[in-house]
Amino acid sequence: MSTVDERPVEAAAPPPTPGPAAGLVALGRRAWRWLTSMRTALILLFLLAVAAIPGSLLPQRNLNLEKVRAYYTAHPKLAPLLDRVGGFDVFASPWFSAIYLLLFVSLVGCLVPRLRSHVVALLRVPPDAPSRLDRLPAHADGLALHGDPAEVAARLRAVLRRRRFRAVVRAQPDGGFTVSAEKGYLKESGNLLFHFALLALLIGVALGSWYGYKADRVVVQGADQGFCNTLQQYDDYGLGSRVGPADLEPFCLTLTDFQARFLDTGEPADYRAAVSYTVGSGAPADAVIKVNDPLRLDRARIYLVGHGYAPVLRYTDRYGKTQTIVAPFLYLDANKTSSGVVQFPDANVDPVKGRDPNDKQQVAFAGMYIPTSDGTHAVSVFPAERNPVLVVTPYRGDLGLDAGIPSSVYTLDQHQIDTGRLREVGSEPLRLKPGDSARLDDGTTVQFVGTRPWTALTVRYDPGEKVVLGGAWCLMIGLLVSLTGRRRRIWFRIPASGPACAGALSRGEYPGFTAEFDNLVKEVQ
Amino acid sequence: MAAVSDQLLVYAILGYALAMLAYAVEYAFGSRSVVARVAERELVGAGGRTAAPGAPAPVAPSAPPLAAPGLAENARIAGFAGRGALVLTAVGWLLHLAAMVTRGFAAHRVPWGNMYEFIMAVCFVGATAWLVLVTRRPVLRPLGLFVTLVLVILLGIDGMLLYTKVAPLVPALNSYWLKIHVTAAITASGVFLVGFVAAALTLIRNGYDDGKTRFPYTLGARLPAADSLERTTFRIHAFAFPVWTFAIICGAIWAEAAWGRYWGWDPKETWSFVAWVIYAGYLHARATPSVRRPVATWIAVAGWAAMMVNLFGINLFIAGLHSYAGLN
Repeated sequence: MSTVDERPVEAAAPPPTPGPAAGLVALGRRAWRWLTSMRTALILLFLLAVAAIPGSLLPQRNLNLEKVRAYYTAHPKLAPLLDRVGGFDVFASPWFSAIYLLLFVSLVGCLVPRLRSHVVALLRVPPDAPSRLDRLPAHADGLALHGDPAEVAARLRAVLRRRRFRAVVRAQPDGGFTVSAEKGYLKESGNLLFHFALLALLIGVALGSWYGYKADRVVVQGADQGFCNTLQQYDDYGLGSRVGPADLEPFCLTLTDFQARFLDTGEPADYRAAVSYTVGSGAPADAVIKVNDPLRLDRARIYLVGHGYAPVLRYTDRYGKTQTIVAPFLYLDANKTSSGVVQFPDANVDPVKGRDPNDKQQVAFAGMYIPTSDGTHAVSVFPAERNPVLVVTPYRGDLGLDAGIPSSVYTLDQHQIDTGRLREVGSEPLRLKPGDSARLDDGTTVQFVGTRPWTALTVRYDPGEKVVLGGAWCLMIGLLVSLTGRRRRIWFRIPASGPACAGALSRGEYPGFTAEFDNLVKEVQ
Repeated sequence: MAAVSDQLLVYAILGYALAMLAYAVEYAFGSRSVVARVAERELVGAGGRTAAPGAPAPVAPSAPPLAAPGLAENARIAGFAGRGALVLTAVGWLLHLAAMVTRGFAAHRVPWGNMYEFIMAVCFVGATAWLVLVTRRPVLRPLGLFVTLVLVILLGIDGMLLYTKVAPLVPALNSYWLKIHVTAAITASGVFLVGFVAAALTLIRNGYDDGKTRFPYTLGARLPAADSLERTTFRIHAFAFPVWTFAIICGAIWAEAAWGRYWGWDPKETWSFVAWVIYAGYLHARATPSVRRPVATWIAVAGWAAMMVNLFGINLFIAGLHSYAGLN
């Protein structure tokens, strides 16, 4: 890149011939030439940089859906307009894609002819010496080279070859010889490698978006709470456009243990999740997943992205039936003040008559879990469980789970409460410490057994990654070679009689060029 | 140990500030020709790095002859101040180094785990790059005034507004990639800092040569020749750009291990990309004869602006995965 390399200019268009088709061809040719020019490429490069900026200033759907919703609430008029122009999906928007696709088309249009001419340059022998060597930026006259001109030329060629120049000797009509040498082809090779590596990156990214997938799942500790890598078991997922449900790596996983360490300030120090997993019908294996250290399977990787607490409640209904339910609560702040709901949809079913569909006596407990309570406020003061309290309000009625509408497992169906089908029980919420029990107005009892940790896991697969990584390293190597390489030519002219002379030319900047030339001239004498 | 580090940083800033003053004295007393001649003499003395034939000599063409005895006296002061400035810069650099080492011992880890430490390290690399540059090319000494100015401003902001107590790393940062990715990012940023100074001064010198007489351009009178500055600007950027590329690649590899994807358009990633694209544009623009050199140099300045947005704007105002500034 340090050389003054203008992009190769295509041969001038043939003289225009009359007719609309010819006009179109000419127009197309002009457009192509415009698109593949360096100036256009630079403009596109800058458009790309500018186009990326809104992606960092506006909330993006792929990063944080909540923030996009908050933006809608804060700017109800502006948000839909921004959304229409892809403001919340900048990097997937048509205009962003248009810029980089045009840039890559321009790149290909420039690279292909350039590759061709580089291959030609690699195959070609260095050109013969120009007639006036003293016109070159570096030259030396009256060299003390003694002996037969042919021998001198052969000796010079050997010296140059030793210095890894490509050198050729030509006999001149006047009986003299010229030696032409060239070095530094690697520079253009690096340059081409760099740009082709960019294409590889694009291909790798495309592969990832076609054949990769991502899925999220909250997993509570315990053998009864495991999951398998199927779409039904995920809270949220995104499949690449060419991935079907059957393409997922067939593994199952349970969380056997989770440990979090915190500093006294409440800052997290370390997380580790011990898991047990099986792939297909293979034998179970154990692994530890940590931050920065995912579980890597052949065609899936499992990341630890969050953790929280899942209260366990034991409810004994009016028919004496006891059920135990564990429900993950979502944390609201860094100190793990968590909110959620524990639902008992199968409670209070008459063992003789069965459930009365018009008077469901289902039970739920909704509220907050505070791992370290300060005794008065409903906010946790530390992320570990130093003084845990569960503050929940009991509800009874129809939970609305049978309607078949997907609903959040972390909140009650507000519609059921509003329509009176689900009613609060008692006048104030229950405050329970681990082990505490409480009696409801209908004589049923609930016990807060304790909590189990849960982890949020993300499962990912991206087959384009290796292509991207390989491309990135090629890009790096190409860049280094193209920035450090120096292309230069050196000529010696040895006349049949009289003193020899030499000259050299560097393409682009090379501060040590004269020194190298002087050194070489000194060495050959 | 942490308190020692804080003290040392104050002394380092003081060292740079005094160096700045000395550079300023040199600047004020050195007439145009003197700055250029002193520099030229040192250039020859520094080991025979001769300018390529055809490159303009560092002496300003309009230099008045050095005749009056008052001028000779001024030249002596300027030369003295200039050497003093270099010594003071080196002293500041040593104190800066000591501040970083003690900080590292206080925290039991590499001293670049939050924004305060990051900027401290970037400035350290900047100072190092400057010392290396001025040793190899003494003709560039007048740039010292501006390099130390940027260092003092950045370190001042860092120490006064961004100071963070020593704390262990958050789990996400606890990886050997911290040493690789962040070190590369710091190195690139520090070298780009010097590159930015060179680019800005190239533009000032260009403006001066074009006969502009407004304030920033008047500074151009005592700067090295525009093309020498321009070439230096390019070479600094040509060094820093691959390092920055490496930093981004390592960041992507780390992101794959930590967040499950190598690239996710997190605000920090986005701005790193923006800066990378701008600097790539600079290198291309400079290699393209149809783009005028000052235009290319402006692009380099824009690249530094993107780096600054990435450092201050993103860390302080925009939440993202890279929110490790430690300021709340």
